[in-house]
Amino acid sequence: MCATCGCGINETGSHSHGHDHPHDHAAEGRLISIERDILAKNAGFAAGNRRLFAERGVFTLNLVSSPGSGKTTLLAQTVQALREEFPVAVIGGDQQTARDAERIQAAGAPAVQINTGKGCHLDAHGVGHALERLPMPEGGVLFIENVGNLVCPADFDLGEADKVVVLSVTEGEDKPLKYANMFAAARLMLLNKTDLLPYVDFDVERCLEYARRVNPDMQILQLSARTGDGMAAWLDWVRQGQQAVLAQQISRLEAELTSARARLAVNGR
Amino acid sequence: MHEMALAESILNIVEETARNRGAIRVTGLRLEIGELANVESEALLFCLDVVLRGSLADGAQTEILTLPGQGQCLECGAIVRLSALYDPCPQCDGYPVRPTGGQEMRVKDIQVE
Repeated sequence: MCATCGCGINETGSHSHGHDHPHDHAAEGRLISIERDILAKNAGFAAGNRRLFAERGVFTLNLVSSPGSGKTTLLAQTVQALREEFPVAVIGGDQQTARDAERIQAAGAPAVQINTGKGCHLDAHGVGHALERLPMPEGGVLFIENVGNLVCPADFDLGEADKVVVLSVTEGEDKPLKYANMFAAARLMLLNKTDLLPYVDFDVERCLEYARRVNPDMQILQLSARTGDGMAAWLDWVRQGQQAVLAQQISRLEAELTSARARLAVNGR
Repeated sequence: MHEMALAESILNIVEETARNRGAIRVTGLRLEIGELANVESEALLFCLDVVLRGSLADGAQTEILTLPGQGQCLECGAIVRLSALYDPCPQCDGYPVRPTGGQEMRVKDIQVE
């Protein structure tokens, strides 16, 4: 077969393929080295989002899980508990419907839904556009509820500070091993629906061991969004992140102020 | 099926590079995919076949070079070969082994006319 065009003939010399660029089969083409990350474009949009979040002092979390882990209930309870303390907003991703965004809005926070259609994950470009439709929660927290899927969202940086993976006790305890990429990418794991533990065969200790095996640095909290048990520790974790982002924003602004004052002093001399 | 999104990103990089370098056709494409990367090579090749159709790289010979997984055992400190993210250390049987290579997903080079 011809290595140049795969036309299936062992011929040599110039010929045409019925379109307007006849080429020489004897000639060697040029090799262009690229060495570029396949997700470089997404990484560029993610860096843009991350810069924006830093400038506006927004602590952004990317929540990932299987479908049915209780992310939306967890978020509804979370925004209800935190919205009096600082601004909160939610971007939700689902293949279809705006049902999740409606549930979050009912809990008292601005929310927009990204319908991915056939897509199985959110990407940084889509999140950037969703931000145009949402009041930026300055100095507060933006929760991004990713599409329920433990595979694809692991690879797409959205510009978040941290990924939070939600696992519920109605699932298999070996999910951290089965979907290792996702658990390896997360900073925090929330084990949800602990109120159902008496009714299911879920070995908590084994699950935690699997999770630590895949990601020894990951923090793990157990809670039930439905009963509120364990929610306080999660809310504290969010508050700490929000305060850390604010502290970073203050140091950055102070550094800018110092250098602006120094320039003024030099000019005034 | 995020292989479809990856295939579209690959086409984007390939077409942009080819146009910038004045190429009229891309005849070959080589990708480097780490053994521990979150991607199924067969599925990616299938998606590329669909996505490249009608583009500058229509019919390009596509090759995936697999980069080996590597990690460092946090238990014994050895640098070891790693074929799955949660495998134990082949030397001391300990956990965890932190991946240090094999998660790459890169467009390596293209052959153009």
